[in-house]
Amino acid sequence: MSTIETQALTAHYGDFQALFGLDVTLKAGETTAIIGANGAGKSTFMKAITGLIDTQPDMILIDGQPAGGRDAHTTISDGVAMVPEGRRLFASLSVEENLLIGTHANRKGPWTLDRVYDVFPVLKERHRLPGTSLSGGQQQMVAIGRALLSNPTTLLCDEISLGLAPVIIEDLYRTIADLRQEGLSIVIVEQDIARAVSVADQVYCFMEGRVSLSGAAQDLALDDIRNAYFGI
Amino acid sequence: MDWIATLLQGLLLGGVYALFAIGLSLVFGVMRLVNIAHGDMIVLAGFVSFAVVEVLGLGPLLSLAIVLPVFFAFGYVLQLAVLNRTLGDDLLPPMIVTFGLAIVIQNGLLEGFSADSRKLSLGEVETASIALAPDVAVGVYPLIIFATAIVTILALQALFYGTRIGREFRATSDDPEAARLMGINTKRVFAVATGIALVVIGIAGVLMAIRTTFDPLSGPVRLLFAFEAVIIGGLGNIWGTLLGGVTLGLAQAFGGAIDPQFQVMAGHLVFLAILIIRPRGFFPKVAH
Repeated sequence: MSTIETQALTAHYGDFQALFGLDVTLKAGETTAIIGANGAGKSTFMKAITGLIDTQPDMILIDGQPAGGRDAHTTISDGVAMVPEGRRLFASLSVEENLLIGTHANRKGPWTLDRVYDVFPVLKERHRLPGTSLSGGQQQMVAIGRALLSNPTTLLCDEISLGLAPVIIEDLYRTIADLRQEGLSIVIVEQDIARAVSVADQVYCFMEGRVSLSGAAQDLALDDIRNAYFGI
Repeated sequence: MDWIATLLQGLLLGGVYALFAIGLSLVFGVMRLVNIAHGDMIVLAGFVSFAVVEVLGLGPLLSLAIVLPVFFAFGYVLQLAVLNRTLGDDLLPPMIVTFGLAIVIQNGLLEGFSADSRKLSLGEVETASIALAPDVAVGVYPLIIFATAIVTILALQALFYGTRIGREFRATSDDPEAARLMGINTKRVFAVATGIALVVIGIAGVLMAIRTTFDPLSGPVRLLFAFEAVIIGGLGNIWGTLLGGVTLGLAQAFGGAIDPQFQVMAGHLVFLAILIIRPRGFFPKVAH
């Protein structure tokens, strides 16, 4: 269990500033939804948390310890695993090999290959196929399974419903809700506001690199979130 | 029966080119790095072996016990200290840096060993041959080189598809950023890959030094043939590299049978023809 906090987080791509002082707290054991339009800074925020973008050390704290600007490959060994936007499965690896990559983080915990196959039985049937030959929904299962095999304490899910059929999205979100029950901290980056808010404890709306609205999910009206989303 | 002899000769020559090319193919396949110093590294391995033989009095094959670990360490450190800094979206910086490295190696060897041609000797094995038919014989040493190329490829195949680091090689080759998110230290993966490539280069260099004479400036020709083999086979595909080497060897052998002066030219012409027909080689692996 760990709490991730950002303090006045800024991030740049060259001369372009993408984040302007974000203060976000991702509480241990809770599900946080991050909502915003394209270009609001959601993906940049995730990149900063995972170390893909350089930041000052004290802009990101994990359980109070400075964690900004570290090498991206060390993030997962601290228990922060990513289900990246677009799934990013490894094309030359089979389904099973893609899953096993998660074990390279060398973290002990409840997740094993067998357990991932229990949760997503269809992956067991297809474990020898190339990961990228599966349907979009099944690929998303591989991406989630791969992250879980690192036995994370925090799971970052970037646009997991993008391009998938509603019935499959339903299934994925049920899985996410189950994971929360096990005590995992979950961050959901979404464009589908209602979907994200329905499973979240906390909600942050981003607009143009700033937090435009935040609060407990049950306290926020969907209309307020929509206004914060569109900047009305 | 003449053409059978030519065919065999070409096939075995192809093994030599394949062995030259495997290291180049490996480095390109894992990290999209075009190593212009590849040929000079092969020659460097020949000289290191030569020095070990001279100083320690070992045989050329025993010198591998020193050359290979030294070359692994050289590749590992070179990648961590220099080449990792050049990698990015642009293919040009690593090419320029390895071009500079090629010049440094050539001039370093000239300083250290003079411009004299050298050769390592393995004794009778070099000239021994096996008669297959009254007019057809194959050399034992070319056969050894060919077998070494195949064993090397099989070993790399086992490494890539049967080990944890092999899985990391492939994942990193597919998507380096996603690999980092999954906890793979891509810089270290690249260093191990270059270390392994230099082990293969070490093998190629020592076997080359026994097969032909070499001097500090004979690297670029090796690079050229290795390049042609890699490109014919398809960038980044190691079995394709073997096929590319054999294609080049056959073209040179049959070209040489027509007219000895036509040997090298025939190889280049076949290379050119394949570039026109299949610009991405027989088995292109790299999707972008």
